[in-house]
Amino acid sequence: MPNIRDLVDYVENNDWAFAQGHRLCPGCNAPMVANWATLAAKSLGYEPVVGVATGCLEVSTSIFPYTSWNVPYIHNAFENVAATISGVESAYRSLRNRKKIDNDKIKFIAIGGDGGTYDIGLQSLSGAIERGHDFVYILYDNEGYMNTGNQRSGSTPPGADSTTEPLGKASSGKLQLKKSIVDIIAGHEGVYAATAVTSEPWDFMKKMQEALEFPGPAFIAVLAPCVRFWRIPDDSGVEVTKLAVETKYWPLWQYNMGVYKVTKKPKTFKPVKEYITKLGRYNKLMKRPDANEIIEELQNYVNAKWDRLLALEEITKDKPIRTKI
Amino acid sequence: MPVKLTVTGAHAVAHAMRQINPDVVAAYPITPQTPVVEYYANFVADGIVDTVLVPVESEHSAMSAVVGAAAAGARTMTATAANGLALMIEIVYIAASNRLPIIMPVVNRALSGPLNIHCDHSDAMLARDSGWIQFFTENHQEAYDFMIIATKLAEKENVLLPVMVNLDGFITSHGVESFEMLDDEVVKEFVGTWNPKYSLLDTQNPVTYGPVDLFDYYFEHHRQQEEGMKHAYEELPKVFEEFAEISGRKYDFLDLYKTDDADYIMVIMNSTASTAKYVVDELREEGKKVGLIKPQVFTPFPKKEFQKVLNGRKGVIVLDRAMSFGKEAPLYSLIKSSLYEVPSRPKLGSYIYGLGGRNTSPKMIRQAFEDAFNGNLLADEQRYLGLRE
Repeated sequence: MPNIRDLVDYVENNDWAFAQGHRLCPGCNAPMVANWATLAAKSLGYEPVVGVATGCLEVSTSIFPYTSWNVPYIHNAFENVAATISGVESAYRSLRNRKKIDNDKIKFIAIGGDGGTYDIGLQSLSGAIERGHDFVYILYDNEGYMNTGNQRSGSTPPGADSTTEPLGKASSGKLQLKKSIVDIIAGHEGVYAATAVTSEPWDFMKKMQEALEFPGPAFIAVLAPCVRFWRIPDDSGVEVTKLAVETKYWPLWQYNMGVYKVTKKPKTFKPVKEYITKLGRYNKLMKRPDANEIIEELQNYVNAKWDRLLALEEITKDKPIRTKI
Repeated sequence: MPVKLTVTGAHAVAHAMRQINPDVVAAYPITPQTPVVEYYANFVADGIVDTVLVPVESEHSAMSAVVGAAAAGARTMTATAANGLALMIEIVYIAASNRLPIIMPVVNRALSGPLNIHCDHSDAMLARDSGWIQFFTENHQEAYDFMIIATKLAEKENVLLPVMVNLDGFITSHGVESFEMLDDEVVKEFVGTWNPKYSLLDTQNPVTYGPVDLFDYYFEHHRQQEEGMKHAYEELPKVFEEFAEISGRKYDFLDLYKTDDADYIMVIMNSTASTAKYVVDELREEGKKVGLIKPQVFTPFPKKEFQKVLNGRKGVIVLDRAMSFGKEAPLYSLIKSSLYEVPSRPKLGSYIYGLGGRNTSPKMIRQAFEDAFNGNLLADEQRYLGLRE
């Protein structure tokens, strides 16, 4: 595990890999993810090199001539952070092989939002994973194109209001469920993939360590609220993700070369409605006559998914399907 | 000692890449570029080069990966054609703006639609404003030579711009012809090693590549790109001179063929220049004073060189293998605007030829020259060679 003393030292000594002074909104959960990922890597003795996809995190942290990135950083475009970091990682292998650089501590971290991961960047990510590049991809999932003002993405859940599929007199808004992104990544098989939340930093850190140590592509999907467009108080992002775990909305689990593991098993669960009603983005839904029907469908879905996860954990225990990437 | 090889143009390009042995090559196959990648993959598979080859899932990712690799301090190459170039074009611009000296052979092919895999220059013209240096090559020898020249030029500290080496799809890429290959060691020494100032792998000196660049700096950075292009123009004669020293082949911005005393000059790029030179020879035998200019460098556009050669001629015929719908053809419009400043302007004619691989015969080229002899050139009229109207 990353050493907690190290983490405290970084903070006390102002030794940030991802520095303060960025322009993300107060209460945004994305910088927590960036911070934890880079500090965990540093604490474990690695030297992180970071790539970020176009999005909130990118536009708010590197406005020329300033940068929050106290580690090597590249932004290329929206849909290609995985391909970009695969090029950086290839350069690292080549230059080390040719003895042009002598540093075995570098680790590559790509960070993207849900738009850049579920939607426009999915092909680039799939290709980079299939090729087996050694990198950690971190998704900060705020369930919409929040940088540009809450447009619908493939991660937006049913019933949540968005500007491109709003709820209106004749529409209940988006009815499709989110893609199960970690299952999609797990489908590449030779991969480490996990979910995480901002309310469980140690669970994240532990997964980050496993991802960094995994000798190939690794992926962590972090539920990271956009307080602005989830219509929740600035200081409630963490509280909301805690509830997401407690309602089975966002179970904490991991996949490693075929082996599933549920990393947090609450003894009792709260109804998903409790989570829904906490988020202002569902206010319009709650006023509709079909609200309960939509919520019930979601409840059935999260129940079934949870049962499926437990079953997968059971049947895959100690049975990896791959031994090589 | 240099050796004569009789191979396809794609193979010749792959040999140049082999001799340069870049750190990283990321590429995706597309007709007619595919054999370039295949030959290179074989060099890698057989351990002839130790390049890290990244067999990406699309051209967009090919350009994205080489941008990442180049920012990490690697010497990088990719290769593409037509729709592949169109798919990666977003990142083609970003590569230039990040000042990354990536080298990319473009095996020229018609840009769909409808689908057509054969040669024209619509792909290269798509990228003409992307900030890349653009070379055009007539045959295997030139395609090979310009890969080496490109590497030398791109990495100069006052240039730092990516370069496209254009060669005609199928005609050059798949046609078999002899070319002279330099010694491996000579090429290796000529291109030297690439030691970038800023690398993502220099963790002690972290840099931010690709920041957000708003209204307060973006303009200045684009102005600097123009400065890089100006330096490329200034450095090119030196690079051509240095290349002549190792190869005996002296290139220039423009390949001038029998232009000294010519009254009528045709301007044409890439492989069809060979056909046009044949027609020039025939017409010369008939006593006609004709010549030909084949631009080797399209970007930076050699305006002064064109002005110098074309001033005072009776007629200039420009052949474009691409259209710019609703506007004058790309090469023609640049030549026409170059001639605005010359004291004695020639008559001008614009001809489109060879789209989608349409064969261009000596007869068609002769027809364009005959229009010029007959005083039948209209600067505002776009004509078509070998087209059924």
